[in-house]
Amino acid sequence: MSLPYSKKLIELFVHPKNVGEIPDADAKATEGSPACGDMVQLFLKVDPESKRIIDIKFKSYGCASNIATASIVTELAKGKTLEEAKKITWKDADAELGGLPPTKIHCAVLAVDALHTAIENYEHQHGLLKEKVPTTKEVVINRLKHVIDPRKGIDVIRAKTVRDVEVQEGVAKIYLNMKEDEEFAKHLKEEIIERISPLWDIKEVEVIFSHE
Amino acid sequence: MNVYLDNASSTRVDERVVEAMLGTFYEDIALPTSEFVHTPGQRVKELVEESRKKIADFVGAEPSEIVFTSGGTEATNLAIKGVVFAMAKNGKHIVTTAVEGRAVLDSVRKLEKWGFKVDIVPVDRYGFVNLEALEKAISKETILVSVQMVNDEVGTIQPLEEVVKIVKSKNPNTVVHTDATYGIGWLPFNVKNLGVDLASFTAHKIHGPKGVGALYIRKGIAIEKQMDGGYAEFNLRGGTPNIPGIVGFAKAIEILDWNDVEKVRKLRDYLYEMIISKIPEVILLGPSDFTKRHPANLNLSFKYVEGESVVLYMDMKGVAVISGSACFSRGLEPSYVIMAMGHTHEDAHGSIRFSLSKYNTKEEMDYTVSVLEEVIKQLRELSPLGGN
Repeated sequence: MSLPYSKKLIELFVHPKNVGEIPDADAKATEGSPACGDMVQLFLKVDPESKRIIDIKFKSYGCASNIATASIVTELAKGKTLEEAKKITWKDADAELGGLPPTKIHCAVLAVDALHTAIENYEHQHGLLKEKVPTTKEVVINRLKHVIDPRKGIDVIRAKTVRDVEVQEGVAKIYLNMKEDEEFAKHLKEEIIERISPLWDIKEVEVIFSHE
Repeated sequence: MNVYLDNASSTRVDERVVEAMLGTFYEDIALPTSEFVHTPGQRVKELVEESRKKIADFVGAEPSEIVFTSGGTEATNLAIKGVVFAMAKNGKHIVTTAVEGRAVLDSVRKLEKWGFKVDIVPVDRYGFVNLEALEKAISKETILVSVQMVNDEVGTIQPLEEVVKIVKSKNPNTVVHTDATYGIGWLPFNVKNLGVDLASFTAHKIHGPKGVGALYIRKGIAIEKQMDGGYAEFNLRGGTPNIPGIVGFAKAIEILDWNDVEKVRKLRDYLYEMIISKIPEVILLGPSDFTKRHPANLNLSFKYVEGESVVLYMDMKGVAVISGSACFSRGLEPSYVIMAMGHTHEDAHGSIRFSLSKYNTKEEMDYTVSVLEEVIKQLRELSPLGGN
């Protein structure tokens, strides 16, 4: 059988590790939404002295890659300090799973983002976070580095899928080197909007496709 | 146990079909390219014409109204592009529905780029075309209307007779095409009774071989050839005809047995009853009136879980089904058919299509239900949305 998934991924899909909720979690985070078909919820228990993750659990609604990447991220993060856990990237999760198909890399990004957001939430609740910064073109581009072009398996900035970004008076305009009727166009548009719209001072996100 | 429940995609070929085809690989190997051909060619010509007649008789057409193609997709391309190019002088307007197959929707989208105007008529919650919207859409500019016979994803059987009446009373010159690829052999179909002008057929959804189909073209309908390269198929489709395929297609039609269809219908009903009695929070997608639903189709959405996970899990247990989930699709988009019916993204993501054939058994249905119970339970335990 030649499914596009590694043995490890299938193993974690069928027998995921660290599944469940932590009722008295110190921090939690949810990334994705049921509408997108991908959603990960992470719960953290942090030792207040050492700032070490002493317990981590997840719940997942999504495809096999989603479940397996969430599982691997919890394994990677367990026992690490918050500072160490922040350095975990989707590439680490991808490597641990022996390489995801390009269309599934966004699952690894989602799981790792859930971890980072949970840590951020912990820092926020414990007064460890800096003040809000206004959204600039650079902030948007940094966020777009978490959106994967499913045709290439790399982020839309590196893949040069994004031609330009404008941020003006709460409106973020993202210009793509892609036509509206191309494969994955709708998917990418939704991903971009989902990624940029949570920014505190952004009121509207416009995704503009190329014409020729 | 291995259970194949993706028969709306393609079916197992019947042994009698394979047997009928064998001779065209070893003995009847010539081509029927000319009336004045050698004896081997003449024999093959007779084979092709016998096959054409069997298929024509089955759908109530004349043999000269049947053109063989490489499948349903080519038949539909020929129907849609062929007619609008031949009739462009009468108008530039095309009407179709939101739940058509890719062959129809991609063809009309391309025609839109070439200056034709396209109206896509919506469907209701169960997938039925909105007849009022259809009537409103037809004008004197409308040259072609394409409405499928039955949807392969949610099983909706369209009221084709009414569709034809509505179209023709509004504009008698409008040509009506139907994609009947998942219809013939499963449901009664007669071109004369229905009054359609064009109908696409394929062999591989009724236990025939892949790579062969046909287009019914009512006598007198103007159509422009799309596949150039010789004068085959009444000068409407160039290229070497798929002789083994044509012979196999005719055999598949010849051996159709309505008792098999009834057997499949009972199995499908049994599968449905078993699933809803064992698994809570399941939504039926497509017609709830099963008399208006394809006899082999079942499409269910399981709340709180995502379809690709279900498909993969079931596949590991030997059960082949598909999903309308975004993760399952090539374009990472949820099923446009389920979305057009006004369902939520979650309904589409959790949807699983079961499509049966005469080769399925009751034991297979029992096994499928037991696997499904296990997978849905496990995935719901994992789901942050609830359900456990």
